Amino acid sequence: MMPVHANTVLIVAAVLFLLGLVGVLTRKNILFMLLSIEIMLNAAGLAFVAAGSKWQQPDGQVMFLFILAMAAAEVSVALALVLQIYHQYKTLDVDALKELRDK
Amino acid sequence: MQQYLFLIPVLPLAGFLLLALAGKTMSKRAIAFTGTGSVCVAALIAILLCTDYLSGNSGNAVYIQSLWQWFQTAELAVGLTLRVDALSLVFIFIITFVGALIHVFASAYMRADRDYARFFACMNLFVASMLVLVMADNLVLLYLGWEGVGMCSYLLIGFWYETAANCRAANKAFIITRIGDTALIIGIFLLFRELGSLQIPAILDQAPQRFSSGSGAITTIALLLLAGGMGKSAQVPLQTWLPDAMAGPTPVSALIHAATMVTAGVYLIARMHTIFLLSPLAMTVTAAIGSITLIVAGCSAMVQTDIKRILAYSTISQIGYMFLALGVGAWSAAIFHFFTHAFFKALLFLAAGVVIEYLHHEQDIFRMGGLKKQLPLVYYCFLAGAGSLAAVPLISAGFYSKDAILWYAYSAAGGNAIFWIAGLVGAFITAFYSARLVVVVFWGDRKTPVGSPPGRTMTIPLVILAFLSITAGFIEWPHNLLNVHLFSEWLGTVLPATSLRGGHPPEFILQIVAVVITLSGICTGYYLYFRNTAVLAQWKSSRFPAAAREFFFSGWKFDALYNHLVVRPFLFLTGINKRDVFDRLSDGIVTFSKQFNRSLSFSQNGSLRWYVAGVLIGILFIITIQLIL
Amino acid sequence: MQLLFYISSFIALLATVMVITRYQPIHALLYLVVSFLAVAMIFLSLGAPFVAVLEVIIYAGAIMVLFIFVVMMLNLDKETAAQERKWLTPKVWLGPSLLVLVLLGEMIVLLLKGNGSALPGTTVPPRAVALSLYGPYLIAVELAGFLLMAGIVGAAHIGQHKKKHLHRFLEEKSTIP
Repeated sequence: MMPVHANTVLIVAAVLFLLGLVGVLTRKNILFMLLSIEIMLNAAGLAFVAAGSKWQQPDGQVMFLFILAMAAAEVSVALALVLQIYHQYKTLDVDALKELRDK
Repeated sequence: MQQYLFLIPVLPLAGFLLLALAGKTMSKRAIAFTGTGSVCVAALIAILLCTDYLSGNSGNAVYIQSLWQWFQTAELAVGLTLRVDALSLVFIFIITFVGALIHVFASAYMRADRDYARFFACMNLFVASMLVLVMADNLVLLYLGWEGVGMCSYLLIGFWYETAANCRAANKAFIITRIGDTALIIGIFLLFRELGSLQIPAILDQAPQRFSSGSGAITTIALLLLAGGMGKSAQVPLQTWLPDAMAGPTPVSALIHAATMVTAGVYLIARMHTIFLLSPLAMTVTAAIGSITLIVAGCSAMVQTDIKRILAYSTISQIGYMFLALGVGAWSAAIFHFFTHAFFKALLFLAAGVVIEYLHHEQDIFRMGGLKKQLPLVYYCFLAGAGSLAAVPLISAGFYSKDAILWYAYSAAGGNAIFWIAGLVGAFITAFYSARLVVVVFWGDRKTPVGSPPGRTMTIPLVILAFLSITAGFIEWPHNLLNVHLFSEWLGTVLPATSLRGGHPPEFILQIVAVVITLSGICTGYYLYFRNTAVLAQWKSSRFPAAAREFFFSGWKFDALYNHLVVRPFLFLTGINKRDVFDRLSDGIVTFSKQFNRSLSFSQNGSLRWYVAGVLIGILFIITIQLIL
Repeated sequence: MQLLFYISSFIALLATVMVITRYQPIHALLYLVVSFLAVAMIFLSLGAPFVAVLEVIIYAGAIMVLFIFVVMMLNLDKETAAQERKWLTPKVWLGPSLLVLVLLGEMIVLLLKGNGSALPGTTVPPRAVALSLYGPYLIAVELAGFLLMAGIVGAAHIGQHKKKHLHRFLEEKSTIP
């Protein structure tokens, strides 16, 4: 039984992360962008866990736990924002939200 | 007496400070008292100084009062030192005495003006500056006074600043005299470089040892000083500002633009006579400029219709005589002409002021007339002044001074027949327009409604000046008539005597010619403007005389010439440079940052995906660099 | 274990691709759940059972449920799908995909440059994780607690429906037809 190479795991993590990035760049719907961000966070977590596994240390998993907590907090605030945005703009199109542009 | 010297310029200066600082709160009476009083006391001290000078005459008396050190650098020490010798004393006397009379006159003449205090403040400052100019011990102090009188002239020409034309006239005077002033300061720099000192006595002492006669350096210096004098004294080709300077109040014209300031150039050349004597070329140029000026300005004076402009052109012409005298080396004759000219020209201006006010500010002489009966006193005063201007033989001061100049123009070492003929032509013209002035203004019928006659404050200065216009000449007689030469003896301690050249005809013949010319000028004026005016009407209708009249009337088209030569090209250049060429650089920085800001704020477009793409590109950039390096 | 890793990696990648290309939000969510479950399997294969469990419970369970709630509340249905179809033309994918492919290439090059070694495949037990978490990382745990607290308060604050308070002049104006 051949052991899994560390690079393989990291490449998987990278591909997952970049898929999430493509999603953020491509989708106009805020909800989909949030989903893509979740993918990216998860991929980052995967990289941490793989590193922890390589060195046989628990720190990788600890970092994943922190990412998890952060994602939970982020998602709760972000979804509340999505509700407000939908309420005020009647749309989820991110291109409609350009209040911060330089006039 | 020496310790009171400083009072002469300080009193008018104190008057100026008081009027300038507190003038708004003072009553008109107090203003007139302060403004006139300061100059009158200065005049009194000046007269005391003169008597002291005469009584304690030790041959070569010079009063020196050193007040304090102005500034001191390694090689240049400039002290605030007053130095009065015979030449300065003549000028001080004229400035304070004629100035005091004009101040007295002005206190009545300007009484209705709402800027009474400002007027007297400027006049006092002028007198103070002019006194500094003539009392200066060194050229820096002289230059201080020189610029001071220029500034006061500017302020007073533009006294009624609410009229745009007056402001333009003031600007014109200031800018044109500035050309001369620049030449003068360069000349002073050159003198300092060559001689290492700016003390006037030191310069006069060292110049003959340092320079050989007619060398390039001394000629340059002399010509630069001459250019300075030409600017201030309104000589061709820098004369165009003086006729326009008549925009100021009439007492200003009398004091600044006739009696004193415009003769500063004469003072400068007489003061620096050693330098001019070392440069025959500069002497000839001075005489040539004087003769050209006296004819050019005289021709213009013949055809003017504004009484003040006639007098202005006549002033230019008379200063031309002084330059002619200076140029041929007749130093004391030039100063003597300045002396008499100050009296009769101030008198003419003041009398003209009375007439103008009497006729409700009418300045056109052809709308005057018939004033002989209404204003007999002013008429006789004016007649004395005009007679002196025309140089009526024997009974007018102008005759004695002008005769001396004409005589020296022919016979002095630097003189020749051309200068003499120019002077004679000028004498004819002067006599002609003097007669024209008297005849047109005072004789004939009344054409304009009149106001109230002048008060005593205005007539007393006139009478005093008229008396002096007749008698001032008696202190210096022609050599062949009486052996009275008080004036040239007085100046002999400062200025060298005039050397004569050989081979000139007897003085008597030249005098007869000059007298005949003068009298024929007067007669021509009388004939054309009183006896037979039809001739003039006929001339006006024919083409050539009308064209000539137009040419003279516009002052030989000098204004138009400068307009085309200088003003328009300058305006053209400023038009090009309106958006300053050098500002382009800083403007470029501004434009660049604005453009950059615009392109950057294009990136700040509020689009979330755009920002993410920016982050991605940044990551790509960093990783690519890491890969390459 | 090796086979488990490869299969679950394949599923994770596939599911993720499906997530970002779906038009229906609910479909995307369900694919995301699949992706998370697959990642949990990867964790398991890497010898991290505790994290695998948490991934299933919290990510696939709690967080995704939040998303589903929002989708339900906003009633994102066929209209959204139609709009997504309109937005997502092939042209839109081109630029981001190119950039990301370049990035991927660079990352792979960087990874292969390093001297990666095979993973030992032994398990790091939950006990070790707990000891580490409440030992050296105690402060970080407390900070994470703060963060979650702030998240809750923030969500509660932002999510509440405010009544619009308009000035009476503006209200009057708005009543005028």
